[in-house]
Amino acid sequence: MTDIAATDPLPKPKRDLAPILLPIALALVTIPLIGSPSTWLTLTAASLAMGMMIFIMASGLTLVFGLMDVLNFGHGAFIAVGAYVATLVLAPFAASVQADSLWVNLAVLAPAALLSMAVSGALGLVVERVLILPVYGQHLKQILMTTGGLIVAEQTMYALWGPQIIPMPLPTSLRGSFIFGDVAIAKYRVLAMLIGLAVFIAIQLVLNRTKLGLLIRAGVENREMVEALGYRIRRLFLGVFMTGSALAGLGGVMWALYREQVHASMSDELTVLIFVVVIIGGLGSIGGCFIGAILVAMVANYGGFLVPKLALVSNILLMVAILMWRPRGLYAVTSR
Amino acid sequence: MTDLLKLSGVHTHIGRYHILQGIDLAVPLGQVTMLLGRNGAGKTTTLRTIMGLWQASSGEISLAGERIESRATPDIARLGVGYVPESMAVFSDLTVKENLVLAARDAPMDDKQLEWIFGFFPALRRFWLSRAGSLSGGQKQMLSIARAIIEPRKLLLIDEPTKGLAPAIIVALIECLKEIKRKGATILLVEQNFFAARELGDNVLVMDNGTIVHRGEMAALAADVPLQERLLGLSLEAHQ
Repeated sequence: MTDIAATDPLPKPKRDLAPILLPIALALVTIPLIGSPSTWLTLTAASLAMGMMIFIMASGLTLVFGLMDVLNFGHGAFIAVGAYVATLVLAPFAASVQADSLWVNLAVLAPAALLSMAVSGALGLVVERVLILPVYGQHLKQILMTTGGLIVAEQTMYALWGPQIIPMPLPTSLRGSFIFGDVAIAKYRVLAMLIGLAVFIAIQLVLNRTKLGLLIRAGVENREMVEALGYRIRRLFLGVFMTGSALAGLGGVMWALYREQVHASMSDELTVLIFVVVIIGGLGSIGGCFIGAILVAMVANYGGFLVPKLALVSNILLMVAILMWRPRGLYAVTSR
Repeated sequence: MTDLLKLSGVHTHIGRYHILQGIDLAVPLGQVTMLLGRNGAGKTTTLRTIMGLWQASSGEISLAGERIESRATPDIARLGVGYVPESMAVFSDLTVKENLVLAARDAPMDDKQLEWIFGFFPALRRFWLSRAGSLSGGQKQMLSIARAIIEPRKLLLIDEPTKGLAPAIIVALIECLKEIKRKGATILLVEQNFFAARELGDNVLVMDNGTIVHRGEMAALAADVPLQERLLGLSLEAHQ
């Protein structure tokens, strides 16, 4: 029973700023611990770049998790496929990759990234129709199907490209660093930050300024009611799944360039990070995913510098700490 | 009187439970039909089955002569069925405005219709840009009903709109539903509040154990206290 009349004023909705302040606080706390400002700045830039790449890969998964309630353990396959497809484009144009002109480099890099996204998105279409559709609402079967799909995808990549690591050199103009005094910030990291930020802004604009975005946000919260309003949410699911797969492909290209190598199991190390990000961000929350990715990257970079022995478990410790503070993640969108 | 909605021999199973056990009912065009019954009688399941949210195991459901029991929920909604669930199901992360933008499926919101809704629910105008999750229970119910009537609908399925609300809000809600009724809407309304049912209903159906055990005019049931006690286990006086 409520005793609030319809005409009573409401308390103003509070903006939940605590999660936004968390990475800022973490960055500030580490300044005295790291000691050298230039090292701190370099580590912070590395964290932001790494965080943006993880965000791009995880953003699709959080929507798939939140909107579709699908546990896709095969998300990593899209990352590796994206990276391999990029090698197919970049290898024949090695001269353009090695050219000194930024525009020549981008002229070959951009189509490679777009083709990777297209192929990963198309693969997402097949995976959703063949593997996910029969097991909607059945988590255990989803885990089995998508894990099986990941194994098949990895083995197929081994068969097609072999077990060896394929080098994927950075374009010439993206090598080296911007130097500010005694601070060095790698050029590619700046590019990664810009692309990650652009993806974040684009997703936020779609989610907050378009009817499609409203549908996705509403579907994350209550897909049954979205259907009762007359919208075919299955099509929306498919579109989100394909977009998530395409973003994973883009993330794969960026990660491969970051590491300058591609191999079929490259997503294994990333999958854990991505799931940690999705869980601590809150299922279905793009904002939470964005902050979670930065936090995970900060903990990996600062932690790796300060306490190298903790590096292996630092992200799990971060997840435990966040979930103890907010059991449904930084921004709870779904009730799951 | 033409029947807009008809259910014939509808059975619904949820898992191994046999909830609806051969429902036969008709909702006449332009009238408010009340669906009453004790908790667990199958009222909500009946609405969800009509809406396609739970699949009927057998039987026929027709809307304006068109069979809908095998159709998906979005298709049923697009035939002109508005649904207000018991849980209200407002999208709490979206603003009041965004909730209504989504509900206005086929076209931008009609300003006249919006003003008409604001006439009943002024709180929705005031909290237009507030997140629906921050509304009170009564305001959420208003938003849920507004969402169902923002566009013209052939049929409204409304599940216990007065549940858990303060008496003053219940009165306002009843006035709104009366106005919707005066505009000629066809409504199938599940209600536990017998006072609200008497105020709104033209016809009444009483359910028990997944079947319809009584059908007739609301006024006749309201006047027959022994029948109320036999069917519902309480009398209208208990709700006064």
